[in-house]
Amino acid sequence: MSALAKTDDGSLSSRGFVHVRDVQKHFSPQLTLGDKIAAKLGARVETRSVRAVDGVSLDVVRGETLGLVGESGCGKSTLGRMVAGILTPSSGRVAVDGGPVMTDGRKIDTRVQMIFQDPFASLDPRMRVGDIIAEGPLAHGLTSKSEQAAYVAGYLERAGLDASLVRRFPHQFSGGQRQRIAIARALAMQPEVLVCDEPVASLDVSIQAQIINLFLALQRDLGLTLIFISHDLSVVRHLSDRVAVMYLGRIVEEGPAEQVYSAPAHPYTKGLLASVPRLVLDETEPVTLDAIEGEIPSPLSPPKGCNFNPRCPLAETRCVRDDPELRLVRTGHLAACHFAE
Amino acid sequence: MSDPVMKPLMGDASKAISPWRDLWWRFCEDRVALFAFGVVVLLVLMALFAPLISPQNPYDLSGLSLRDARRPPGFVGSGGYTHLLGTDAQGRDLLSAILYGLRVSLQIGITAGAVALVIGTSIGIAAAYARGFVETILMRIVDLQLSFPPILLALVLVALLGQGQAQLVTALVAAQYAYFARTAFGAASAERSKDYVEAAAATPLSARRIVFRHILPNAMPALIVVATVQIAYAIALEATLSFLGLGLPVTEPSLGMLISNGVKYMMSGRTWISVYPGIMLIILIVAINMVGDHLRDILNPRLDK
Amino acid sequence: MSAPILEVSDLKTHFFTRAGVVKAVDGVSFSVGAGEIVGLVGESGSGKSVTGFSLMGLVDPPGRIVSGSVKLDGEELIGLSWNQFRALRGSRIAMVFQDPMATLNPVLTIGTQMRLAISAHDKTSNRAADARAAEVLTRVGIPEAQSRLGAYPHEFSGGMRQRVAIAIALLHGSQVLIADEPTTALDVSIQAQILTEMRDLAAETGTALVWISHDLATVSTLASRLLVMYAGRIVEQGPVATVLRDPRHPYTAGLLRSLPATAKPGQDLFQIPGTTPSLLDPPPGCPFRPRCQHASEMCVTDPALEMSGNRGLRCFHPLRETVNA
Repeated sequence: MSALAKTDDGSLSSRGFVHVRDVQKHFSPQLTLGDKIAAKLGARVETRSVRAVDGVSLDVVRGETLGLVGESGCGKSTLGRMVAGILTPSSGRVAVDGGPVMTDGRKIDTRVQMIFQDPFASLDPRMRVGDIIAEGPLAHGLTSKSEQAAYVAGYLERAGLDASLVRRFPHQFSGGQRQRIAIARALAMQPEVLVCDEPVASLDVSIQAQIINLFLALQRDLGLTLIFISHDLSVVRHLSDRVAVMYLGRIVEEGPAEQVYSAPAHPYTKGLLASVPRLVLDETEPVTLDAIEGEIPSPLSPPKGCNFNPRCPLAETRCVRDDPELRLVRTGHLAACHFAE
Repeated sequence: MSDPVMKPLMGDASKAISPWRDLWWRFCEDRVALFAFGVVVLLVLMALFAPLISPQNPYDLSGLSLRDARRPPGFVGSGGYTHLLGTDAQGRDLLSAILYGLRVSLQIGITAGAVALVIGTSIGIAAAYARGFVETILMRIVDLQLSFPPILLALVLVALLGQGQAQLVTALVAAQYAYFARTAFGAASAERSKDYVEAAAATPLSARRIVFRHILPNAMPALIVVATVQIAYAIALEATLSFLGLGLPVTEPSLGMLISNGVKYMMSGRTWISVYPGIMLIILIVAINMVGDHLRDILNPRLDK
Repeated sequence: MSAPILEVSDLKTHFFTRAGVVKAVDGVSFSVGAGEIVGLVGESGSGKSVTGFSLMGLVDPPGRIVSGSVKLDGEELIGLSWNQFRALRGSRIAMVFQDPMATLNPVLTIGTQMRLAISAHDKTSNRAADARAAEVLTRVGIPEAQSRLGAYPHEFSGGMRQRVAIAIALLHGSQVLIADEPTTALDVSIQAQILTEMRDLAAETGTALVWISHDLATVSTLASRLLVMYAGRIVEQGPVATVLRDPRHPYTAGLLRSLPATAKPGQDLFQIPGTTPSLLDPPPGCPFRPRCQHASEMCVTDPALEMSGNRGLRCFHPLRETVNA
């Protein structure tokens, strides 16, 4: 995996290549005039805002792959979009190599690129594949009209596709191939950071393997810094150097991938790992799936204190009272729990 | 990087099928709609070449003779040729008058449609892209507009602006741009939240580029449907105004005016003066609407294969 | 094993499209006993969903069941008229789909929908129907079921909605329940809850469960037997642990090796070469032949199902060694 050294004292003061500091993102409902009138008249109009990301700080070292895991509503996709410069944080800072990714609601740094989940939706159906890939580089001067063909061909091949396919349209390709086109498009911008939002979730197992291998090759050959967002724990483990676990807009645990998976410190991580189905290879062993109790709370009304306390087997009164901070549990390993030691 | 999977990844063997060509093929699958499209093309060609194919120039007052007035179809007039559809109250060959009238009707309808398309689409897309306050203001104006009956609005405007082609087109545009705006707004809003627009923003690409390269082309199908229907409506609206005497001046009769001219002769049995222009108008409007209908059907979001 | 409650023999469901005949299901045979859970696994295009729909008689034109037999408790289902099948569907054989919002009508309350489902097969009073509905809802783990009958689907979370869908499927104590990717769209923690509940339910009620999925791990925690589908056929079947530990068919082995869970982190995953075949007018012979390392001239003819003990295989070159790490 990553051949570059990484600072592993885990202190939050060291600035990573990708630096996220106290980022929050709130989505408040857009109340129209009609809504306001209705509210005055007593109708139940939703005025609460969703704290999709509720104070996240992260540092990703150059060349490292950070896996971002969590279930629905945890904010990982929103966080990914803020790092990629698509969404403006409500507060906090996102920087790459010291410089901000966005100013005035517009993205200015092209060194961060994004790969989206749905390969059927992330490519403009009315554009030819070659034009899709060349669009960004042409607009930013990375290539010229005369060199376009060779430029695009190079990136198509790096993504594992034959260069003769440039004039085809997206609907003529399968899901895995479209994802490769999306990867080629991102690579053509010569990024240093790649944010991947569930890139293999909608692919078949055998195609998933191909794309995962492609990511591994890109890590090796290009030394990219990868932020890999997924709900699939086994895929994340396979690709990541470090893993951050998110729950209801916050990071609850963060550390080296192997450590987080083998010795999780936060009860949610433990519960999550225990509830992932494993291949049953021994019929004599009883199959137990330790499910986490209860439902994921609505992000509109997060629980008081620790977000996880209503479902946590270790919860005490302290947990409802005090919100635990993300603290060092071991070298390079942090967890937000009063009981993590 | 020798990837053993590279070779088989050739996509399917078919050549590049552009979405527009695909649209055309799907359109042709319905014989009736294809026939209607043929009719429209034929009518447009007839209108285009009206000066060449009509036996008489109905605007040339010197060629008219009152002796030929109100003659039934088949009458051989003083010009020496057979008036296939008869003559009207001024002695004009009805066939020629209809061809020229068709020309005027189409001219007005298409111009009004095109201008309304440009104005309405600009407003709709601007509202969808800007969002917030701008969106609210623009779309409330559009909504207000939509609640007015177009005929009423057109009548009032024509009464205010006076007669003439430009004034008429202005009135029609004012009555119709709102439909384009609404459709463009809907399409653009839908496109805005699509992943490939987000991807374009992530590159990043300028707002101008995103609108013209991504949002507009993908909103085109919906706009084309509205355009066909609205052109038909513009033609009908113009015919109505002309029928009421408020449209174009008498010297440039459109189909509506021709119908209007002949109404007073209906009771005396000289029905052809109104009926034939009426039939032409109906054929034109119905054909355009059928094309539009079929387009709307095939452009409905279908399930992926 | 007692007499099977569901017996499928050489089922073939083809789709007659303008482009040609798509042989979505091309000779599927398996049986399920009462209270047994079988897992039908495969990737997209394998025909697993179409098999499920065929069992329910839900195949719409241009597709139809071309041949084969499906026996529910000895009664032949293929060839039944629409009305006859309708009497069975929901009462003796039921289905749960991937998207609960596809099952649940968003404008009707849960109570109304369950009443409709009950009255489709039984004539009971509203009150009796509600009581029955509340009982089943409690059984699938919905708290305060009686008061929840008046709620609309959008008031439930995704996991809860799926539970309601399962409850509806269980209303008439069906003998067979077909579940088509029921937990795929749910979060991991919710999925785990539902998996355990389904397993217990099947054991409790004696309902046979056919669990269709692309996820081997999920299926293996539930099912006692595994049926691996490829290109419209079951290429391998047998007890779950045995098949996963010691796969005989090259496709099963390839699939297992390409899972990240079976590989070392950071290592290239195994890739099955080639792509999934088109089911449109497929060439004769074993459908896996173009992608198989062990293929030979024998494979130009379609291998028939060979049973050895409780394992089934359609392959001329079964693997000998254990492939799993």
